[in-house]
Amino acid sequence: MAETNDVIIIGGGVIGCSIAYYLTKKGIKPLVIEKREIGTGGSSRNGGGVRQSARDPRELPLAMHGVKNLWPGLSEELGSDVEYCQGGNLRMGKTEAHIKFLTAMVESQKKLGLELEMVDGDRVKEILPYASDSIIGASWCPTDGHGNPMLTTLAFYKKALEKGAEFIVGESVEDVIIRKGKVAGVRTDGGTYDAPLVINAAGVGARDIARKVGLDIPMQPRLVEVIVTDQQPVLFDQMLGTAGSDFYGHQSKHGSFVFGGMTGWEDREFYDHRQVTKSNTAPATCRAILDYFPWMERTNVVRAWSGILAVVADGVPVMGPAEELPGFYFASCFCGHGYGISPAVGEQMAELVAEGRSTLPLDAFRFDRFLPKN
Amino acid sequence: MAESNRRKAPEGEYVPKADDDLLICRCEEVSQGDIRRALHQGLRTMNEIKRETRLGMGLCQGQTCTRIARAFIARELGVAPGEVGLPTPRTPARPVPMTVIARDGIMDEAAGEGI
Repeated sequence: MAETNDVIIIGGGVIGCSIAYYLTKKGIKPLVIEKREIGTGGSSRNGGGVRQSARDPRELPLAMHGVKNLWPGLSEELGSDVEYCQGGNLRMGKTEAHIKFLTAMVESQKKLGLELEMVDGDRVKEILPYASDSIIGASWCPTDGHGNPMLTTLAFYKKALEKGAEFIVGESVEDVIIRKGKVAGVRTDGGTYDAPLVINAAGVGARDIARKVGLDIPMQPRLVEVIVTDQQPVLFDQMLGTAGSDFYGHQSKHGSFVFGGMTGWEDREFYDHRQVTKSNTAPATCRAILDYFPWMERTNVVRAWSGILAVVADGVPVMGPAEELPGFYFASCFCGHGYGISPAVGEQMAELVAEGRSTLPLDAFRFDRFLPKN
Repeated sequence: MAESNRRKAPEGEYVPKADDDLLICRCEEVSQGDIRRALHQGLRTMNEIKRETRLGMGLCQGQTCTRIARAFIARELGVAPGEVGLPTPRTPARPVPMTVIARDGIMDEAAGEGI
């Protein structure tokens, strides 16, 4: 006989665990079904940025709400250190074209109410004394920062578990059960679970889950790779990026540098959807880093890892109810910027599910934006 | 449903044990107590415990401690070591300076490298 639940969340990543935690705060004890391990997809495979600058305008309210109201007290609230550090975000430029690009970004984001500014090379040196002289300017958002994605995911998981959420780990969802045109539960390779409400938080797997009920998201997976160095003295607490997007990253609380980078060949390479590290990405990333921080040449790389972004055609996630199927909700495909807004998404999705509406509007993320319009 | 897939909420506070201070991972100084606390809070797999405690994330990348940790976790959970699984392996096998990686694929013709 199937078990009965109020809410089933498919996917035990940072989004699924965050929604589960905020639901328990509202007295709902969801069942989370995870096919592999807790936080093993994009949740623990990202740069850890808690960034508002350069956000899509549709995501900016969630990002700003999170930074203002949720991130500062998150470690305390969850009872585990998520290593949140509000060190600011410096996006550096080396050429006039870079500065032009950054200035345009700063101007458009200022209009949306975000506090950020353009700074010159001297000011960059004041903020980040370790940067090379080749940097002639940067965008600077002092309220941005970074956290530890692995610890954040597990902190949401542990607290949700403690407050009564249930987790099934190691079962794969094979079908979403529909009765009389409404969601009735899910069937996995291990059992059947009833629930009138199912949230698809399956990350890069969300498209496959949606297709089981005849809905399709225009989403494609994309590989990103990151290198991690050995432990170094703590030198800076900013989140770093570059106008050319050749590398990004931060120094973790532990002291290791976590830097992601690109080769520029990503779109042209064969890619079979596995999380692999390629032979040409780490060298390209290291060359980019050494251009900005020449003194890092003796720093050892101890590991490299990769993750898969779920990139939607219009660049923002899919969230909220699917009108086509009562009881089916999305909270997925965060396009590589889900970590920074994960507490806000969990809180707002929990409100939407428990009360039928969220404080911050999520309309821009609705699934029906992909449907043909009259 | 396989009952072993279900994660349970911790029962009561963690009770420290006499040998909690014994180190399992030397690079990151992760002790038996750290692992027991993680298990008590509901973590189960090697990757989850690695992400929580930094077990095997230091200079040797778990080449020393992985087998010890796996046996210890299996004993704590009362399962066979094979059921605990292994952490995801990562390249490179040894720490490599950034400048060496940065030069990969670049040939210095004056020094006689390349074709």
